[in-house]
Amino acid sequence: MAIHLEHYLIVGAILFGIGLYLVLAKRNFIGVLMGIEMMFNAVNLTFISFSRFVESPSPLSGHVFVVFTITVSAAEAATALALAVMVYRTRDTIDVDQIDLLKW
Amino acid sequence: MDDAGVIIAFYVLAAMTIGSAVAVVVVRNMIHAVVALIGTFAGVAGLYVTLSADFIAITQILIYIGAISILFLFAIVLTPQSGRGNQEGFLRIPAAALCALVTGVLAYVALDTDWNIAGGPGFQETATEIGTLLLDKYVLPFEIASALLLVAVVGSIVLVSPEPAEED
Repeated sequence: MAIHLEHYLIVGAILFGIGLYLVLAKRNFIGVLMGIEMMFNAVNLTFISFSRFVESPSPLSGHVFVVFTITVSAAEAATALALAVMVYRTRDTIDVDQIDLLKW
Repeated sequence: MDDAGVIIAFYVLAAMTIGSAVAVVVVRNMIHAVVALIGTFAGVAGLYVTLSADFIAITQILIYIGAISILFLFAIVLTPQSGRGNQEGFLRIPAAALCALVTGVLAYVALDTDWNIAGGPGFQETATEIGTLLLDKYVLPFEIASALLLVAVVGSIVLVSPEPAEED
């Protein structure tokens, strides 16, 4: 019983689901960001497994795409964590249920 | 891929990845959650190695474990009241149902689709060809990514730097 593409895809799907749960259910803004990073990882894993197993004229393009995804996720993490620190300074909380200035 | 070692490595790494991801959800201390998140990143890096993606595996370790985890730790330390609170909000039941649904649909599609499998051996080494592709075919996204990183760094510094005192 060898390891096939489907095994990696299912690991990616489970990881994506856990990340989505973190994003939807956590009240701590940093927990939400952890979920986003986890979803990035799941998508990258899916890219790499398709690049390894599926017939393609240029199989390493998936790797290059993952390099760009990692770059964008690093930029996103830096900016979002800076935003979290700034929201904490002005509102004294990063509970996403209490950051409701736009709610009337 | 029929090697017994690869099969054992895949299941161990997959269990480590999923188990650490579940630990991120259930632990209450945010510092412990970051440690569990590092476990998830390391498991994914190991899965990259089993997929013969050596350059991406090293990049994963450098960027995610080395940089992004430290950023998370800094953010937790700079927001002191958030250190212990990792609870779910009032949406936990519908969120869990929705996530189970999404995971089920993705797994069903992955199992049901007839993928066009190539079936060759893995890559020998990928860094040379990735470098050639980055500076040849994908040079425009490469430059845009560098501009994006510069903007993100400058933006983060501007956001967290203290307000200058009013001069009158």
